[in-house]
Amino acid sequence: MMTNPTGRLTQGQFSFLPDLTDAEITLQIEYGLRQGYAWAVEYTDDPHPRNTYWEMFGMPMFDLADVAGVMLELKSCRSTFPQHYIRLVAFDSTRGVETIAMSFIVNRPSVEPGFSLVRQETNGRTIRYTIRGHEADRPEGERYRK
Amino acid sequence: MATAPEIVGTSNQITDKKKRYSAGVLKYRQMGYWDADYVPKETDTICLFRITPQEGVDPIEAAAAVAGESSTATWTVVWTDRLTACDSYRAKAFKVEPVPNIPGQYFAWVAYDLILFEEGSIANMTASLIGNVFSFKPLKAARLEDIRIPVAYVKTFKGPPTGLVVERERLDKFGRPLLGATTKPKLGLSGRNYGRVVYEGLKGGLDFMKDDENINSQPFMHWRDRFLYVMDAVNKASAATGEVKGSYLNITAATMEDMYERAEFARDLGSIIVMVDLVIGWTAIQSMANWCRKNDMLMHMHRAGHGTYTRQKNHGVSFRVIAKWLRLAGCDHLHTGTAVGKLEGDPLTVQGYYNVCRDSYTRQDLPRGLFFDQDWADLKKVMPVASGGIHAGQMHQLLDLFGDDVILQFGGGTIGHPAGIQAGAVANRVALESMVKARNEGKDIANEGPEILKKAAQFCTPLKQALDTWGDITFNYTSTDTSDYAVTPTASH
Repeated sequence: MMTNPTGRLTQGQFSFLPDLTDAEITLQIEYGLRQGYAWAVEYTDDPHPRNTYWEMFGMPMFDLADVAGVMLELKSCRSTFPQHYIRLVAFDSTRGVETIAMSFIVNRPSVEPGFSLVRQETNGRTIRYTIRGHEADRPEGERYRK
Repeated sequence: MATAPEIVGTSNQITDKKKRYSAGVLKYRQMGYWDADYVPKETDTICLFRITPQEGVDPIEAAAAVAGESSTATWTVVWTDRLTACDSYRAKAFKVEPVPNIPGQYFAWVAYDLILFEEGSIANMTASLIGNVFSFKPLKAARLEDIRIPVAYVKTFKGPPTGLVVERERLDKFGRPLLGATTKPKLGLSGRNYGRVVYEGLKGGLDFMKDDENINSQPFMHWRDRFLYVMDAVNKASAATGEVKGSYLNITAATMEDMYERAEFARDLGSIIVMVDLVIGWTAIQSMANWCRKNDMLMHMHRAGHGTYTRQKNHGVSFRVIAKWLRLAGCDHLHTGTAVGKLEGDPLTVQGYYNVCRDSYTRQDLPRGLFFDQDWADLKKVMPVASGGIHAGQMHQLLDLFGDDVILQFGGGTIGHPAGIQAGAVANRVALESMVKARNEGKDIANEGPEILKKAAQFCTPLKQALDTWGDITFNYTSTDTSDYAVTPTASH
């Protein structure tokens, strides 16, 4: 990929690589568990760069130390929301960190139309910018339909 | 730990008050600036100086002189001392050791009472500690190697305006180093041309672009023009990728009023970050940190000028001390060296600076140049920046040396890519993501790194071109600023 002409969303740790296989995802989950992180599955059909709160597919799996359990949740989320963006998020509760330690996309809609940039001319040469998802005009749940 | 024999000097302090305060000149150690039995308090600041006394000057007297000249002493006895609780105000040298393997140099430990420093003022602390003493004639040279700042004093500072944890949350970027590049050429681009470089780099996959330290508002590009074009580039790249992007807008200027004006314009345009150079000075840094805190802004610090006093081992101030002061004064990003790039930096010593920026509690680590335990008392953490002569082919070394919490800045290594700036950015991002993925998968990246990059280059032509162009470029020079306690000398990779 030389440029990004397809509108591929490049949030997360591994968006510039070929989509991770389930075997590769498993290795990343194992790494997180070794670090003591808690995994969570989140999904959205509004991937605006400042949409912080994707929907939670259940709570973070604090006491789950088994990779298979996380993969089960992920598969269940994928079958419920096959055309949504889904990400795996790992939480680190260490004092002084207490934030997300890993985050990567594990499911994408089949077509990613991307975002447009709306420019509003204001005072002087100043422009107000609005980033707008091409799918965002439709109601939640009806976006990214095939 | 130090194995050198400790120099034991009895305290020759004159205790008889009449003798102590009769007019004339006394030795510093007689005046109470040397006390071998002194046990530093939890609330004391402790400095470790490397001193080179003039021929014939006793190292203990030299250490006492450093303590004296960095606290209350003048060259002669003054009776007005007796109007004060003068013993509290005297810094106390309490230990002197010869520097291992360097004849003529000594380490001197000096303790300072909490009352000596104004709360929350690095300007005040530095005026004491490095104010006069470095020009003191009985010393050939002096260097402030390290400092232990007591929790009681740490808590008087607000520290980084944002901190690396909250920065990641704002950027929505986790689990990997951030990527940046400095817009080049440094000088001469018009605002419009400048914005082109910013757009290409960000769209290609970088998280940040950066003004250079000497880009302010010269005849070829007025600052407002730069800010306007850069923010168009930032927003356009953000829309193209769906990621939060930024470009460090350098607001360094002649006066505080000018800096505030530029900072406010950056904020009004929606920039998430502004940048200042270390040369603006401690007071200006603390003022800008306050402004950033008030305006939800990240503050990038370029350590412009530091090499004039940090690089030579025998004289000046170690960068680890500067880094500690900057963490207190408040900045979110700090250039701390690359170890493998074009600029000075022994790998272990550089790792020591990174620890100072990112630790919750820094442990004594002599091979990394850290002489003291330092409790940071939950002060926010600074994101270190590795910038200067690094390229995608070194990704495994950089990740191995510095971990995830660092900004890797490839200026030439992005803009100089044979297929263009976007290709350069893609190469860096793919190299980075491949390496993080491989490390997490349990691969030994320090050794398998080149193979991992080669494999990634099979699906990424820009990375292949980058490796073909720079794969073998290294900067193998001996570092001047190295630890005196390294088991074996560490060479730059």
